[in-house]
Amino acid sequence: MRGVLGGGDRVVHGGRLGDRVLHAYTWLVILWLASPIAVMILFGFNDKQSKSNTTWQGFTLRWYAELLDISDLTVALRNSLVIAAVSTLVTVVVGTMLGLALGRHRFRGKGVTTFLVFAAISTPELVMGASLLSLFVSGNVPRDANTVIVAHVLFSLSFVVVTVRARVVGLDPSLEEAARDLGASAWGTFRQVTLPSIMPGVMAGAMLSFALSVDDYVVTSFVNGSTVTFPLWIVGAVKTGIPPQVNVMGTLIFGIGVLIAIGNAVAGRRRT
Amino acid sequence: MRRLTPYLLVLPSWMWLGVFLVVPMAAMASVSLQTGNAIDGYAMTFSVSTYGDALGRYSTQLARSLVYGGLATVLMLVIGYPAAYWIAFKGGRRKSMYLFLLLLPFFVSFVLRTISWNFLLSDNGILFGTLKDWGLLPADFHVLATAAAVVGGLTYNFLPFMILPIYVALERVDPRVVEAAQDLYATRAAAFRRVVLPLSLPGVFAGVLMTFVPATADPINAAILGGTSNTMIGNIIQTEYLTNLNYPTASALSFTLMAVLLVGIFGYARALGTENVLQAAAR
Repeated sequence: MRGVLGGGDRVVHGGRLGDRVLHAYTWLVILWLASPIAVMILFGFNDKQSKSNTTWQGFTLRWYAELLDISDLTVALRNSLVIAAVSTLVTVVVGTMLGLALGRHRFRGKGVTTFLVFAAISTPELVMGASLLSLFVSGNVPRDANTVIVAHVLFSLSFVVVTVRARVVGLDPSLEEAARDLGASAWGTFRQVTLPSIMPGVMAGAMLSFALSVDDYVVTSFVNGSTVTFPLWIVGAVKTGIPPQVNVMGTLIFGIGVLIAIGNAVAGRRRT
Repeated sequence: MRRLTPYLLVLPSWMWLGVFLVVPMAAMASVSLQTGNAIDGYAMTFSVSTYGDALGRYSTQLARSLVYGGLATVLMLVIGYPAAYWIAFKGGRRKSMYLFLLLLPFFVSFVLRTISWNFLLSDNGILFGTLKDWGLLPADFHVLATAAAVVGGLTYNFLPFMILPIYVALERVDPRVVEAAQDLYATRAAAFRRVVLPLSLPGVFAGVLMTFVPATADPINAAILGGTSNTMIGNIIQTEYLTNLNYPTASALSFTLMAVLLVGIFGYARALGTENVLQAAAR
């Protein structure tokens, strides 16, 4: 407001206060987003005596020592990790192939394929789960870890396709031509030139699909049969009370994820 | 052989997307037209009456889902835009650090995050329990099991999906364009309204798209934070499918929900171009 009178430097003046307010506001949003994480970590150290784990009763490392003492929770976590590993592997191979095709080649049905990739991203998880269950029920397919893997590949696939495709589009085709001119075979060119250059996209897609898989509750709840994953176990335990071991597992997954992300960013900065 | 390469590359994806995305939709359509009961099984009768029955019974939950999803989306936009704006224009060299901090919740499982809110907001938990002990809140004060808890949970859980695309759009805005507007005697407010805001609209559209759909269809927040009186359509579909084994009703509801949401999505996508939406989704 002062700017109307102040002439030339009004932008700077009007800006500073507003910027400071917005700066503080951004931190407020970050704090809000982080608060439940802080609660999760904190209550993994809570020396609770009663059944519920909602009031602070003192510090302990007991739950870290007894991390794997709830056997069905441990099984659920292991299921989640195995399912995520297998589905990520399948997703990365299938998705990278499609990403390459969409980014590099012309072929019939490209429009429909792009549409399907988009449809797979935008279909609500709930509808995806319900429709898969309809298929499995109609076809009398028993639900187990395999049907969960099928579903996880389905919802992760598009994300790998999109990240790889973006990388392929930004790739200079003359590099591959040069390799071919120097006598490399098609496969050799792919392995030694194409693959290394699109690797960051592939890795980003892989991490994304692993994270999506470990995290998924909605789709899994439709197609899991009697196989229980980590998120499913937690939701099932809400009524009876979440044991602190869940907080500890959540904390460890959080820590590992953050470390990988930071390591990745540092490595990326070193490369460039 | 070279001409075959693209087809070999797309074949596995075609099969996966065909068998597990397209065919299931057809299966769901077919199931929704069947009648019968959970014990004797269901038979195809091409009856559309299930749609009418299901909508009649659950119109409240469907409407509630759209309202909660819509409210949460508006809140995310209002809360997220200023933060995205500040990071894009004033974040300087720390831009990626701020973005990383905003993305921290993604390193914690969705379900666990929601449960942490349940912890935080529980009637006698660390927040309200303490305030009640100090006499700052009446003893019967509660947030859990209210609409506010569910809408708040949805807003919290999907907020980063709103901030990211808006940030991407704002980050592409050349600051010199804003300076030019101000040189031409636009006030800060006018420069924002006439220059920055229009340029950020694709990001806003993408953000709305990426948050409204999953928020409306989400069963987790209502289940963990909403108690028994805030059931959303996602909870109904889950119960009908998994507990009542009422496949036709559940399929009909899923189809209706998808029709409502997809009409909106493809309207948006048409307006924006599919590529933009895909790119926004990739980030």
